[in-house]
Amino acid sequence: MSLSRRDLLAGTAATAATAALPSGPAQAQSKRNVLKVVPHANLQILDPIWTTGYISRNHGYMIYDTLFALDDNLKPQPQMVESLDVSGDRLRYVMKLRDGLSWHDGTAVTADDCVASLQRWGKRDGMGQRLMAVTDKLEADGSKNIVLTLKRPYGVVLDSIGKISSNVPFMMPKRVAETPADKQIEDTTGSGPFMFNKANWKPGNLAIYEKFKNYVPRKEAASSAAGGKIAKVDRVEWYTMDANTAMNALMSGEIDYWEQVTPDLIDVLKKAPNVKIENLDPTGNMGWARFNHLVAPTNNPMVRQAIMKACKQDEFLKTAIGNPDYYKLCKSIYPCGTTYESDAGFVDQNLADAKTLLKQSGYNGEELVILQPTDHPVLNPFCQVLAEQIRAIGINVKLQAMDWSTVLQRRASKEPNDKGGWNMFTTWWIGGDTVNPLTGVGFGATGEKGWFGWASDEEAIKMQDAFANAASPEDAKKAATALQQRLYANGHYVNLGMFFVPVGYRDSVKGMIRSPVQFFWNMEVAG
Amino acid sequence: MVSFIVRRVLSTLPVMIIVAIVVFAMLRLTPGDPAVVIAGDQATAEQIARIRSNLGLDLPIHVQFVTWIGQLLQGDLGISIFTNMPVSTLIAQRLEPTLMLSLTTICFSVLVAVPLGVWAAWRSGTWTDRVIMVFSVLGFSFPVFVLGYLLIYEFGLTLKWLPTQGYKSPFSDPVGFVRSIIMPTITLSMIYIALVTRITRASVLEVLSEDYIRTARAKGQIERKVLFRHALKNAAVPIATIIGIGIALLIGGAVVTETVFNIPGLGRLVVDAILRRDYPIIQGLILVFSFTYIIINMLIDIAYTFFDPRIRY
Amino acid sequence: MQSRSSTTDTGTLAKWGQFCRSHPFTAVAGVILIVLVLAALLAPYLGTVDPRKINILPRMRPPSPQAWFGSDQLGRDVWTRTLYGARISLMVGLMVALMSISLGLLIGMISGYMRKLDAVIMRVMDGLMSIPGILLAIGLVSVSGASFITVTIAITVPEIPRVVRLVRAIVLSVREEPYVEAAIAVGTKTPLILWRHVLPNCVPPLIVQATYVAASAMLTEALLSFLGAGTPPEIPSWGNMMAEGRIVFPIAPWIVLIPGCTLALAILAVNVLGDGLRDRLDPKIAKRM
Repeated sequence: MSLSRRDLLAGTAATAATAALPSGPAQAQSKRNVLKVVPHANLQILDPIWTTGYISRNHGYMIYDTLFALDDNLKPQPQMVESLDVSGDRLRYVMKLRDGLSWHDGTAVTADDCVASLQRWGKRDGMGQRLMAVTDKLEADGSKNIVLTLKRPYGVVLDSIGKISSNVPFMMPKRVAETPADKQIEDTTGSGPFMFNKANWKPGNLAIYEKFKNYVPRKEAASSAAGGKIAKVDRVEWYTMDANTAMNALMSGEIDYWEQVTPDLIDVLKKAPNVKIENLDPTGNMGWARFNHLVAPTNNPMVRQAIMKACKQDEFLKTAIGNPDYYKLCKSIYPCGTTYESDAGFVDQNLADAKTLLKQSGYNGEELVILQPTDHPVLNPFCQVLAEQIRAIGINVKLQAMDWSTVLQRRASKEPNDKGGWNMFTTWWIGGDTVNPLTGVGFGATGEKGWFGWASDEEAIKMQDAFANAASPEDAKKAATALQQRLYANGHYVNLGMFFVPVGYRDSVKGMIRSPVQFFWNMEVAG
Repeated sequence: MVSFIVRRVLSTLPVMIIVAIVVFAMLRLTPGDPAVVIAGDQATAEQIARIRSNLGLDLPIHVQFVTWIGQLLQGDLGISIFTNMPVSTLIAQRLEPTLMLSLTTICFSVLVAVPLGVWAAWRSGTWTDRVIMVFSVLGFSFPVFVLGYLLIYEFGLTLKWLPTQGYKSPFSDPVGFVRSIIMPTITLSMIYIALVTRITRASVLEVLSEDYIRTARAKGQIERKVLFRHALKNAAVPIATIIGIGIALLIGGAVVTETVFNIPGLGRLVVDAILRRDYPIIQGLILVFSFTYIIINMLIDIAYTFFDPRIRY
Repeated sequence: MQSRSSTTDTGTLAKWGQFCRSHPFTAVAGVILIVLVLAALLAPYLGTVDPRKINILPRMRPPSPQAWFGSDQLGRDVWTRTLYGARISLMVGLMVALMSISLGLLIGMISGYMRKLDAVIMRVMDGLMSIPGILLAIGLVSVSGASFITVTIAITVPEIPRVVRLVRAIVLSVREEPYVEAAIAVGTKTPLILWRHVLPNCVPPLIVQATYVAASAMLTEALLSFLGAGTPPEIPSWGNMMAEGRIVFPIAPWIVLIPGCTLALAILAVNVLGDGLRDRLDPKIAKRM
């Protein structure tokens, strides 16, 4: 399928779109200037600070820039920042912005804008809230310098500001960043390598990003979220499609790139001509089976422990993913292959022990409700295996089938099972979200104020604080390992292992960046 | 006749009000909570409560209803919970593909079904008639999406003649439009063809048995002439009726067809909205669909009085 | 009606035999339906396994002598699931037909007989009819949560208005009949009139209508599952099999095609049977249609 200029205008207000297109006849066709993509989800919310949805985060990376960003080794590197000056007592951080940064509307990026942006993020994001709690003052010094003054030394300032996954502290113009944190922003002006074409945005169908010509990339090569972000196409188009349609469209060349290939379809696409499948995500995804700590029988720690002993990671991955190229056994709560990986405290399968524990727990056949999202290609088999494995030790399991959106609603219920409550659900986090004790929202143990499942554990909170305040990398590692042991011992969740969702693309696409998050700079399409 | 038209127009009002009440009641009594879906995977209970109150979902239900009706009367269909865009804008964006698909489907169906129905009536009782009738029943029986996938598999992936998905506007890309609309039209037409064929056959059969046709035949007029000049002309009214009634079928079918072929029309919009519990979109769309149906059928009823003055209500 | 009582049993049989010869399609449809019903009832004895058991077979294995219809993407046996699916689909068809006919009959008789309520009832029915059935059904399922019962009810509601209109039309025409007017004149109670005079006239067209409702209900159930608003996926209905299989359609088309074609066959059989019954029971309508 060749792509005509007209394709781009299909069904849109043609005049508005034309204005954004280069005029004159089509350029030489050696390099195409449009990249057609099917992202992993339907973009509905445009405010990546307001929501933690991954698709809104990816949208954020298209149009916004960040002060710091994680590189291939998950180390924070300056991105919008030219130079960083940390005082000897580690209390004062001065970040100087690079020259030439401008917003999409042409005005210059100032330190004021960045301060407002950090403040808004600090109200919503978990790591941001922690940072703000130790912050004494956050202010602009002139138009270039952002000055952060802390109350006490804090170990993860740059890890927070350079956070790779939701919520990412994206920089927005002050007028936008002054939107109350619990209200969505409407203005999509950013300073990133692409601009959002809001006039032609059709939620549920199409989102268009156009190259921001005045973006000044860093000189370094791209490395995960860090390095030079060079937009090599004039336009990136995100289409919403279901898996089957996306596969067909990729095979027939109607799209160039599919962000998340459903496991079952990997083999078909591998055989298709001119299509490639590749895993670009080094830290993968972490499968979780979460317990509800408020509702019987999973409010009983011994029952949780028995269930953990009944589960065998291998079985989950084999059934849900199938192809061993795309999964990895992992006993760590942090992605295997990253800094804090550890086997400490992992609960291995032991059916005899599990049965004994269950007997001692006083469990007497109460129903255990699992929320099963049947429309989800990975979580659905996870639930089925979970049910089989814990039935085997004598638990009375009730699988409640529903769609994923309904799971998201039902899991918010703290009621007992007979009033619409639940005991377990399966979910996943991208590895980038669980690289350390603070990034993982699910690691939280703040009880009913925290994440679904509402685990409450003072000890775990102390360990997270210890990590945040760690003086050295060794101390940090120690705190991270202690937290892992604590979470396993307390039956925080069942670790279902690591899996990878590959991308599928036409062989004309080049320049993909290996990262836990999908970026579209640096990518190009041959004609 | 004027008084009939006035009465007919007025009679649509209570129906529209009932539709509005049914739609509102149905959706607001659902246990699903859009706030939770919006809040996303990592949201805490506090955040969810805040979103709920921002959306006004914590107000008493009758207050929500009064607010909604008030807005409706001003032509305001509300704001999508998820995208923060006005529902009327979202509908406007999606209108063209659905409208085009409906038009091509109606044209294609009538072009195929009317001759088939006439032929079946003409050959009434023979094997031709029976085969046509069985095929028309098959049209009712075959799941729309199975046919859709078969077409995609054969013509999109194996033969590579047509695009597997998507929609192109005829105003900017006529060739692309034709290529992309062929398979969805065939898919959606099936049930419609079945319906129109049956009605055409029945109506033509009835007319054929009337005296003046017998006379015409006896006078030795050529069969084809009799068929088209007299029979079909008189069968036009029931055929028009069924096209009106069929609008509801068409809308139901469009929901599925647009999903199969990834056409960004109203059908996909409503399915996505339902799965996400985006109340304002669901309410707005069901209202729009229903009102369209009510108005089309009203216009057809009124049109009868011009075509066929014998009809009175 | 009257003629039936006067013929003997053998006479009836002969009549049906003659009917079958003159309506070969109807006869074939009847046979297909009987086979499907038997297959559904005898599912556990027809070489099947546990329809929900995953991983019994390798995933997505094509049909073979070992697994006649192959396996799906969770390694479940498609033959087994198709047979058990027949139970669900036929049950949905039957339940929806019974419920919509009986409710429609009740409402239609009330509406046709009690003029005061008539206007209100008919406006509500018009309102319901103007909401596209599939949307109303999806809406109702999302309101009440997906279960076999809620899906059945959700499919029933949009079918009721058509039945009500049919019944009301019959009631209105029967009311004008001299013998009914006579009955009213001598003070016969309304329920008795409805029972004795109106109901018998409704039965033949309603039986015909019931078959059409059943056929459309089976199709709607499949569409709802396809759109993600049908019976809970743990229930092996044909709609669910197709909905789950559609993602892998290009690699494993049998997962969609086998239940799809079986469903089409079943609906076709019910529809053809309906046409046949109409010709047999209700020649007046038959002529009109």
